[in-house]
Amino acid sequence: MTRYETVIGLEVHAQLKTRSKIFCSCSTQFGADPNENVCPVCSGMPGVLPVLNRKVVEYAAKMGLAIDCRINRTSIFARKNYFYPDLPKGYQTSQFEQPICEHGHVDIVTAKGPKRVGVTRIHMEEDAGKSIHSAHDNASYVDLNRSCVPLIEIVSEPDMRNAEEAVAYLKAIRSILVYLDICDGNMEEGSFRCDANVSVRPFGQEAFGTRAELKNLNSFKHVQKAIDFEVERQIDLVEDGEQVVQETRLFDANKGTTHSMRGKEEAHDYRYFPCPDLVPLVLQESWLDQWRSELPELPKAREQRFLSQYGLSSDAAEVLTSERDMAEYFEAAVAAFAEPKKIANWLMTDILRELNQTGGRAGDLLLTPQNLATLVRMVEEGAISAKSAKDILPELLLTGADPEELVKAKGLVQISDTSALAADIDAVLAENPKELADYRAGKTKLMGFFVGQIMRRTKGQANPAVVNQLLAEKLK
Amino acid sequence: MPDLTQLTLTQVRQQLADKSRSAAEVTEAALTRIQATEPKIQALLSLQAEEARAQAKALDAQGPDAAKPLWGVPLIVKDVLATKDAPTTCGSKILENFRPVYDATAVARLKDAGAIILAKANMDEFAMGSTTENSAYFATRNPWDTSRVPGGSSGGSGAAVAACQCYGALGTDTGGSIRLPASFCGIVGLKPSYGRVSRFGMVAYGSSLDQIGPMTRSVEDAARILQVIAGHDGRDSTSVEAPVPDYVAALSERGDLKGLTIGLPAEYWDKGLSPEVAEACGAAVKQAEALGAKTVPVSLKLSEYAIATYYIIAVAEASSNLARFDGVRYGLRDKSAESLIEMYVKSRTQGFGEEVQRRIILGTYVLSSGYYDAYYRKAAQVRRMIRQDFEAALTQCDVILGPVCPTTAFKVGEMTSDPLQMYLMDIFTISTNLAGLPGMSLPVGLGRETGMPVGLQLTGRAFDEARLLQVAGVLEKNVPATGIAAL
Repeated sequence: MTRYETVIGLEVHAQLKTRSKIFCSCSTQFGADPNENVCPVCSGMPGVLPVLNRKVVEYAAKMGLAIDCRINRTSIFARKNYFYPDLPKGYQTSQFEQPICEHGHVDIVTAKGPKRVGVTRIHMEEDAGKSIHSAHDNASYVDLNRSCVPLIEIVSEPDMRNAEEAVAYLKAIRSILVYLDICDGNMEEGSFRCDANVSVRPFGQEAFGTRAELKNLNSFKHVQKAIDFEVERQIDLVEDGEQVVQETRLFDANKGTTHSMRGKEEAHDYRYFPCPDLVPLVLQESWLDQWRSELPELPKAREQRFLSQYGLSSDAAEVLTSERDMAEYFEAAVAAFAEPKKIANWLMTDILRELNQTGGRAGDLLLTPQNLATLVRMVEEGAISAKSAKDILPELLLTGADPEELVKAKGLVQISDTSALAADIDAVLAENPKELADYRAGKTKLMGFFVGQIMRRTKGQANPAVVNQLLAEKLK
Repeated sequence: MPDLTQLTLTQVRQQLADKSRSAAEVTEAALTRIQATEPKIQALLSLQAEEARAQAKALDAQGPDAAKPLWGVPLIVKDVLATKDAPTTCGSKILENFRPVYDATAVARLKDAGAIILAKANMDEFAMGSTTENSAYFATRNPWDTSRVPGGSSGGSGAAVAACQCYGALGTDTGGSIRLPASFCGIVGLKPSYGRVSRFGMVAYGSSLDQIGPMTRSVEDAARILQVIAGHDGRDSTSVEAPVPDYVAALSERGDLKGLTIGLPAEYWDKGLSPEVAEACGAAVKQAEALGAKTVPVSLKLSEYAIATYYIIAVAEASSNLARFDGVRYGLRDKSAESLIEMYVKSRTQGFGEEVQRRIILGTYVLSSGYYDAYYRKAAQVRRMIRQDFEAALTQCDVILGPVCPTTAFKVGEMTSDPLQMYLMDIFTISTNLAGLPGMSLPVGLGRETGMPVGLQLTGRAFDEARLLQVAGVLEKNVPATGIAAL
């Protein structure tokens, strides 16, 4: 048992889903050609001025409302000054002394039980561009498409004590952002990014240890691995009587390690000061009332409702509500066929497996929730076997075909007609007198043999439940 | 009958409107005047003669348009304002040959009003200076005496207007940069209230202090240009949505100063004025009283802190505003640099002049960790108090009068060795910017000693430019005429 306690605070950068940038009207579309979505403002030409995008304010305030923050009625934009080629103005316009939201919290559940994690602040800021270094011609290129794209930074309190809690917090934050429809939550494309501040201290010690800031955490798995590695590294240092250095460390996903990015001697003095080009942002009560009224049902509330309304297991309720489009998919399917537990089972097993393999999301599935409902209904009504349903699922997911038509085309309709099946059963019993005699003599295991023969005779289309029932009666 | 180029904007506008002069004729006369005077005063960084001729021709083809208040009027613009048809260098090597892709809002509004932009005017580099000697290209001379400075930083604009190269110019004013050259060159200069004119397209120096304003040969001319450039702009969040009154109509409402109270701050009148400035400005105050104004002493106790406050706030903002000149996307880049940091250092060292570097270093210092509270935060607090000081004084009077500068124009090279002495030239103008109020320089005659023009400063309530113009308009007709420089 370790004698050290881990302390983790997280900084999340969420790219907001606005159509235009935070301070100009350029598009925020991902994937455009380099420097295609650029104008004099976001390329920092001499003489230009920023004009705040109102949508950004709305989204930042909604996130604050969703996690019970105090919303500051007046907030101030500030300049964070540093030189870098992809930072066209030589400063990032951000918020410093008076951010838009403060003092919120998020509830998480881990193996150790429920926990409340504090959120220190949420502030709005612009993203920088992207530097592309080419070894081929020994040059660096700058793409300013991302320059001025709106971000909110969500800063947690140092409340987390292990990597599992950190990941649970990140998942909760991401889920809320996606529910609010203000961020697409895509970690690979960088629209949901996270830096982790990690330190260790002996249990019982009040003062925090020296922290390292971990960057380049592009998935929840990386977050987990990077923190676990860093904690061990720091404990080893302390055990060896060495000092932890306050620094930024990059996670190397291939090696599963962290390494120093820049030392203390190069630490920046950002010289924050209020941005004179943007007047203080004053929020009107009527806007806040409006935004509050527009908040959707959030993941935790939906999870509770799924438990009570649909009688799902707590596991299913959590999994099906963590992604907004999965929850909506589930509810749309249930609306078409009111068997929530059966539908949940299909989603939790085959479909979730499919999504995990392809990295896709419920909202992107070609199989509509109505068609999934039809498939489940056909199984429940005995029109097809569960096995046939599973067999055709990959094709349904791939093509989005109508399950009823596909079942017909493939000749998978089950025979549940008792008179038709009775004839088949009689024929099988007549063809196998020895086995029939053995069965009657007490070898009841032969039941399975007869079922198999009947299934073969019907090319698998017999409804096994009906066959079992009829066979049992005939063999009495 | 005066030479065509010596007419005021108001006069030439009338002649253009009634077709007694064509835009081409007026433009050609101005270009000829520029040819004749430019070797002596060097007011211009670039000349757009062909574009101006083409524009004049196009205007003449359409005929006068009453909806365009500056139809066919040739103007000059300070080189700190972005112009898409002309270089915009800010008087700096770092922007040599730089051409913006857009027009500043104020420039676009002039063009929309039918004005013809002839040239870009010289200035102290990035508007940092009081004499135009800090231009990276050349120093501009005062048309009244070419051995003297024209004032700055809008010295090119001031000299060009005084030398009749154009009928008006745009200058910018962060701490006195319109009013000081207007005073030194014997013309009218108006710094509007902060937020009155859009700053979009003005290359920023001290963003919370900068304003664009007219420099002209008459008060009415200033009113006509302000009318065009004033008003809210969706591209500048600090531009204010207050309605823009009819300034020219306001001018005609007054023939005297009856019922007005003029405040005279002891801090401006008692302090080290040269005798000729004290005399000319004092005479103007006497004249105001004779015209019916009541004068009262007012107190601006904090004005002694104005220069210190200004040189913290302005340089802090400047250090950040000038960070974009890094050699990455435009402007000067040292091609010999072997690393990123070396590229920054070499490009900026070569591109920026001494005064600009001095202010960047000062600004970086006052914002740095550990010094922010002592300098920037304190200065911001003092600034609020200075504004309150003015607001209190302006409850006791309608307009505050004082000199623009303790002296008239001095000799080229006289002050360049002592930056602190140079900073003191702005002692009376700087607080107006800190307080965000409108300020104006009005010529009130020639100094008895030097024969150089003297400027009287008028400061008014925020967004009350109309009142300033009214008082200046009445005084203009009743003080000794400054006349036109014999160049």
